[in-house]
Amino acid sequence: MRPKKSKSRASSRAVTAVVVMRLYIADGAPNSVKAVANLEAICKEYLKDGFELEIVDVLDFPRRALADGVLVTPHLAKLSPSPAAMVVGNLSDRRSLLGALGIHE
Amino acid sequence: MASLAHSLLKIPTGISGFDELSRGGLPRHRTTLLKGGPGSGKTVFALQSLVNAARQRQEPGIFVAFEESTPEIVANAGSFDWGLPALAKHKIFFLDAKLSPEVVQSGEFDLTGMLGMLKAKKEQIGAQWVVFDGVDVLLTLLQNPVAEMREIYRIRDWLKENEVNAAIITAKLDGDGSQIVNYGFMQFMVDCVIRFERRLEYGVALHRIEITKYRGADYVAGEYPVSFGPSGLEVGAPEPTEIRQVASGERVSAGFERLDTMLGGGLFRGSSTLITGVPGTSKTTLAGKFVEAACRRGERTLFVSFDEGADRIARNLTSVGIRLKPHVKSGLLRMYSGRTESIGAEDHLLKLKALIREHRPRCMVIDPLSAIAKAGGIEAARAVANRFIYLAKDEKITVMVTAINEGDEPETEATDLQISTIADTWIHLSYLIRSGERNRALTIIKSRGTWHSNQVRELVLRDTGPMLADVYTAGGEVLMGTLRWEKEGEERAKTGRRRAEFEHRRGELQVAEADTQARIKALQQDLARQRAELATYSSDNQARIVSSSDREQELRRIRSADPARRASGGSGNSGKGNKKDARHAT
Repeated sequence: MRPKKSKSRASSRAVTAVVVMRLYIADGAPNSVKAVANLEAICKEYLKDGFELEIVDVLDFPRRALADGVLVTPHLAKLSPSPAAMVVGNLSDRRSLLGALGIHE
Repeated sequence: MASLAHSLLKIPTGISGFDELSRGGLPRHRTTLLKGGPGSGKTVFALQSLVNAARQRQEPGIFVAFEESTPEIVANAGSFDWGLPALAKHKIFFLDAKLSPEVVQSGEFDLTGMLGMLKAKKEQIGAQWVVFDGVDVLLTLLQNPVAEMREIYRIRDWLKENEVNAAIITAKLDGDGSQIVNYGFMQFMVDCVIRFERRLEYGVALHRIEITKYRGADYVAGEYPVSFGPSGLEVGAPEPTEIRQVASGERVSAGFERLDTMLGGGLFRGSSTLITGVPGTSKTTLAGKFVEAACRRGERTLFVSFDEGADRIARNLTSVGIRLKPHVKSGLLRMYSGRTESIGAEDHLLKLKALIREHRPRCMVIDPLSAIAKAGGIEAARAVANRFIYLAKDEKITVMVTAINEGDEPETEATDLQISTIADTWIHLSYLIRSGERNRALTIIKSRGTWHSNQVRELVLRDTGPMLADVYTAGGEVLMGTLRWEKEGEERAKTGRRRAEFEHRRGELQVAEADTQARIKALQQDLARQRAELATYSSDNQARIVSSSDREQELRRIRSADPARRASGGSGNSGKGNKKDARHAT
């Protein structure tokens, strides 16, 4: 379905701090599919190109996910800028997601 | 064949008592649900099964901890002799499945990713056991009953696909009602359901276990006690229905000779003796004497006391000539002193078992066994007391236990523990109060399979040891104490008096006899004299009669007064008449 399990988008502008995120998903699971869609929508709306997102399919990289402390999917890790944050769920709750990412509406 | 089939269907947990209860362990290749409130022992049970599989059969396992973190679990299990830290490195994989409080939730999540990771881990280490501990903790976060149920089914499907020897899921079902989902449906989903319960009785926590479901297999129904010891959790499984102990004909001393005599030669090896009595009736002394006698025979002995220090007991017994310390030093005797306030009867039994395993005694004393009923309900204490007696029998240990009974009627004894029926010998100690003093009385109420004295005896404590006094009965009762002492004196005086009386009477009789003899002699002399006199008198009289009749005839003839006929007739009459006639005629 997805030829590349890991992808990133580099930002071109360095005016605002770039938000670095990693999304762990179980490919094909409804919640994971929803999470990818929800996150992409948010990024488009609020971060424009000021973000880096890596999507990791734990079914393909279970050991890495374990090492990263992932339990349930979907699992979003905001790596920078600090404070780091973790969000679980299909990211349908926008308010809590934006709060965790430090984005003000 | 049946047992072979069973062993194929079930996989042992290695948990003492549980494998007996379940007749072989958990269902093989199936899922077992452990349900129960917090602190009821679910986690320990699950982890212990995993540890046993890893240690005894080299079967690796995965433990998914939803409730506690790995360090917490390892620390909590530190009191058990499992060597968990080492196992956690190689044989058991812990997955911390507790969401950090910093994690923000945004919408629904699922376990697809986690199960994918577990599958990889299982294949990596070759895990044969999987435990999902406290699965409800995580799923409650979903706040959606349907979603929770869906995740449970996801776990079930995963377990079906990734066949393991055994899978365990624990959850707080029938909890405090704070959960949204009633996990009751899980009971229909799994093949085996085990219910755990922790409840308070008289301020002491009691743990119980019950197999409530076991699909297609035989198991022992009912609720059984659970206790926690150095090796983990232990189930007080029912004793085998059939009693297979071998009865020994060998006799061992109950402590001292007179008591042995009363028991018809001593106690049977491997038998159990119950000593009952109110406080202060020397139960401990009797038990101490039994222990000392056993040590003197060179037998390993265990002296378990409650709420009194071993050292104090040894010292106190010295005052009645019982020396235990040398035997403690030589290692023959192990004295253990336990506290009773805080732990339930089950834990006592576990400790006793451990002590027996450790010391391997041939003789054993528990003083007092009734102490185990102090904390936690009487029901549990009764069961434990019974199980202890059977345990001792199985181990062929000659055991003497004491029990305090309220009141002083042996009939009402029944000790709260109700062990008098299973004890082989029952000695009751009591006080008899009479004439302003209390005396200790010993009665053998029963002694199976042997003759025994039916008499109440006085137990006297000397500095050389306890002894049973000689029996004095008066008015149908055994005399004791001062009364006995008085009676003994009285008996002595009476005997003296009787002897003197006898001597006196004998003297009297001798005198009387001599007197009679003398009188016989005198009488005989009288007799002889009288005979002689009589003889003399008779001859005189004859002479006189002859002479007088001659004279009359002479006179008649001279006077010619009487006819000759009269004279001839007159000769047949008395001389007197004749004389009268003669006078008339004159």
